Amino acid sequence: MLNQIRAITLMNLFNLPSRAGSSSVIVVGIAGVVAVLVGLLSMGAGFSAALESTAKADRAIIMRDGTTSELNGAMSAGDRATVRAMEGVELGSGELYVVAAIVKKGTDISSNVVVRGVEAESFDIRPEVKVVVGRRFETGRAEILVGVKAAAQFAGLEVGASLPVRDQIWQVVGHFEANGTAYESEIWADLANVQSAYRRGGTSSTMRVKMRSPEAIAALNLRLKDDPRFDLIARSEVEHYASQAKQRADLINNFGMVVGVIMAIGAVFAALNTMYCAVGARTVEIATLRALGFGGLPVVVSVMIEAIVLAFIGGVLGGLLVWLAFDGYTASTLNNASFSQVAFDFAVTPELLKLGLTWALTLGLIGGLFPAIRAVRIPITTALRGE
Amino acid sequence: MVAAVACEKVEKQYTKGKEIVEVLAGIDLSIEHGEFLALMGPSGSGKTTLLNLIGGLDQPSAGSIFVSGKNLTEMKAKALAKWRSENVGFVFQFYNLLPVLTAQRNVELPLLLTNLSRKQRQKNAATALEIVGLQDRAKHKPSELSGGQQQRVAIARAIVADPSLLVCDEPTGDLDRETADQILGLLQTLNKDHGKTIIMVTHDPRAADRAEHILYMDKGKLVSGSGVAV
Ligand SMILES: Nc1ncnc2c1ncn2[C@@H]1O[C@H](COP(=O)(O)OP(=O)(O)OP(=O)(O)O)[C@@H](O)[C@H]1O
Ligand SMILES: [Mg+2]
Repeated sequence: MLNQIRAITLMNLFNLPSRAGSSSVIVVGIAGVVAVLVGLLSMGAGFSAALESTAKADRAIIMRDGTTSELNGAMSAGDRATVRAMEGVELGSGELYVVAAIVKKGTDISSNVVVRGVEAESFDIRPEVKVVVGRRFETGRAEILVGVKAAAQFAGLEVGASLPVRDQIWQVVGHFEANGTAYESEIWADLANVQSAYRRGGTSSTMRVKMRSPEAIAALNLRLKDDPRFDLIARSEVEHYASQAKQRADLINNFGMVVGVIMAIGAVFAALNTMYCAVGARTVEIATLRALGFGGLPVVVSVMIEAIVLAFIGGVLGGLLVWLAFDGYTASTLNNASFSQVAFDFAVTPELLKLGLTWALTLGLIGGLFPAIRAVRIPITTALRGE
Repeated sequence: MVAAVACEKVEKQYTKGKEIVEVLAGIDLSIEHGEFLALMGPSGSGKTTLLNLIGGLDQPSAGSIFVSGKNLTEMKAKALAKWRSENVGFVFQFYNLLPVLTAQRNVELPLLLTNLSRKQRQKNAATALEIVGLQDRAKHKPSELSGGQQQRVAIARAIVADPSLLVCDEPTGDLDRETADQILGLLQTLNKDHGKTIIMVTHDPRAADRAEHILYMDKGKLVSGSGVAV
């Protein structure tokens, strides 16, 4: 039996070059499906990764109860001092989260960029933030530090440039990286400076804290909730960014799936058609083998192997294509929760490639099955007549 | 001794749409072991249909077919396939070789259904090619061989598993006279020296003359000639 399958399969595969034209329909069709599917899903994965990698387990955001955005909320300097003194808190920085409309490079359209007013401790709380060009802003001066992705996407954010915001002129004194996280799409400035430009007095919208341990976050949250003086909660960064990412990533992923399924249906028909032709062209050959005593199963298996081999080639090509074209390619999307641009890299992960290949093989399996079954259901005598 | 082939009241109908086409209308026939029989008749008289039934490629609508005493009409498709691989060699008008395989590989095909080792298969295939006089063309693909050579490869394939019965459907139908004569000579050798029972359908009276007996068919019936057991 294995002998039979091997013999017929090898024969079919040796036959492939002579049918390169029609066989490539399967390869190209399935490559297209896999490329689109993996491409779109890698957007979702990249977006999630950009936001989630921002999170650290021992860090939390103190924000107003009932809100999920850093935009809302007002904490006074007194509130911040109280929280800093609470058990488990190692470092704390008041942060004012506002947006500024800046023109995108190469266009005359402005988009919102997050401007994060921070205190000096912010840099200790987030060691991933590293100045790559220039220097940090100085406390009390109208200076800003710009994330590298924001600098790449928006006009007039070069080091040395000046940026008019509200009634102030801010000097760009440096660019920073933050391990590819969402911070790289932000502008950072001194808290006091942002407070005065945006008329916020001494309040910050949130506070970022580094805890002595991740477990301390829950205790801090309970203490804040029980404290009648404020209406605050402590949310771990992990939880915060995951929920921020989920909505958008889900949207992208669902879109990717729908488009993938539609294309897959097209590809299945292309594969079916190609395999029907391939099998049809070999009706007499198959009938001859069966006349010699070969069984139907080896014929079915070998036709399916052929379809699957073609589908596999298509899947690998499609995956390779997206990977070469998109992996690490930076795109940006509007993050609904904060109305600001978040830049992210397409992440063509091994999981996505595996998913793409699974789709390809499934399509090949379906595309091969029906033609294979038909091939062995024709009576031998009819098939031998070559009609 | 039991006959090599015995047909009893064999009928075959095909349904074409709503119409029923009567192709074989009660064939009674007995062929002895070692006989070389030619089957002639006008186109559409049912020669191929009868040959296919005797070769176990199809089942009759009614009647029984015995080959060396074995009742083919009682066998299921799977058993019949195994039986064919062991007992019948097929020779077709258009050779039906597999174009991607070399002559040697084509001849080896039926042996893939046996338990023979790879070495033994190659040896047997080489022997069969030698019998048909093509040992020096073993590595050639069908497209690199002439029609007569291809038919000889096909004959080697038909005899490689050493079946006792050869069924040949117009084996010289696509060949010129000289090449046809060579093929017919080869079939005669296989019949005389190797003891094969041969049934050969042909339109060519010269070809039929090379057989021991000739049977004529018309409209699904045997009409006259020797070797008929009516
Ligand atoms: N699978 C089939 N379905 C329907 N009709 C068939 C089928 N096979 C054969 N026939 C019909 O049976 C009749 C006999 O066919 P067959 O091939 O046996 O004739 P033949 O004597 O071999 O003719 P030829 O000399 O042209 O080869 C023809 O009318 C043919 O159309
Ligand atoms: Mg015929």
